[in-house]
Amino acid sequence: MEKIPILKLGEILLVSIQVDMHDRLAITLQDDLTARIVKDRARGVLIDISSLEMVDSFIGRMLGNIAAMSQALGAQTVVVGMRPAVAITIVELGLSMQNVRTALNVERGIEMLQRAVEESEEDTTHEPSGT
Amino acid sequence: MSLPGPETLELKTSEDVVRARQRVRVCMKDQGFGLVDQTKMVTATSELARNAVDYGLGGTMRIESLEEMGRIGIRLVFLDHGPGIPDIDLALTDGYTSGHGLGLGLGGSKRLVNEFEIWSKPDEGTRVTITRWR
Ligand SMILES: Nc1ncnc2c1ncn2[C@@H]1O[C@H](COP(=O)(O)OP(=O)(O)OP(=O)(O)O)[C@@H](O)[C@H]1O
Ligand SMILES: [Mg+2]
Repeated sequence: MEKIPILKLGEILLVSIQVDMHDRLAITLQDDLTARIVKDRARGVLIDISSLEMVDSFIGRMLGNIAAMSQALGAQTVVVGMRPAVAITIVELGLSMQNVRTALNVERGIEMLQRAVEESEEDTTHEPSGT
Repeated sequence: MSLPGPETLELKTSEDVVRARQRVRVCMKDQGFGLVDQTKMVTATSELARNAVDYGLGGTMRIESLEEMGRIGIRLVFLDHGPGIPDIDLALTDGYTSGHGLGLGLGGSKRLVNEFEIWSKPDEGTRVTITRWR
């Protein structure tokens, strides 16, 4: 069965969507990522959509689901590389993507994830003050 | 310049939805549409083709290139013989879904095109016609 590869880079899982995904493939990716976050104890997920020529309501929902599920599992998701024409189109479509963090490119996305991981480590090592 | 004749694609599976948007992409390019126009029409195609597959029990998409009063356009007709839409206004409302979607497909595709027409009758089916002019 065709699958979208998930790579591991330290505590980060990297996915680059290179194909025009049909709906089942998108759902498989969502399920695979969830399983891998747990198995690899990932702290971050980076999804590169720079090859995607279109993001519709289904893919938008999948990205939102991945962000929400990774959050619940203690990992942050960043979506990078959205093409300008795609960005213009999803605004008109009405996709808000408000719960999805985005960055310009892979480099910025990794920086963002590393910062998020460090911050969450500080949160867990320091006791909350003033209860 | 002669216009390519109309063609019809089957919409039965989610792979057909991918083929439909790829075909529309090529037609838009061939007719000289810009990247943003292409992306809008392809996204609307994806939404309407998926609706035909998911709710309409499968259907067809007809692609037609137009030339009217010196204007170039592409018209797509999505037709299915499924259960139809009982309340079209409700279905067009952003956020309304009878399934598990975001409820953006119909309202969103209407915003992405220049002309949008919908016909639906319970137990007869649904037809959505969209046009984008260059
Ligand atoms: N071809 C169709 N046949 C029957 N019902 C349809 C058809 N297209 C849309 N509908 C109905 O209209 C509703 C709204 O459609 P719309 O595409 O806007 O949202 P959705 O498909 O539910 O979610 P989304 O497209 O955002 O994933 C659907 O939930 C469905 O009930
Ligand atoms: Mg829909």
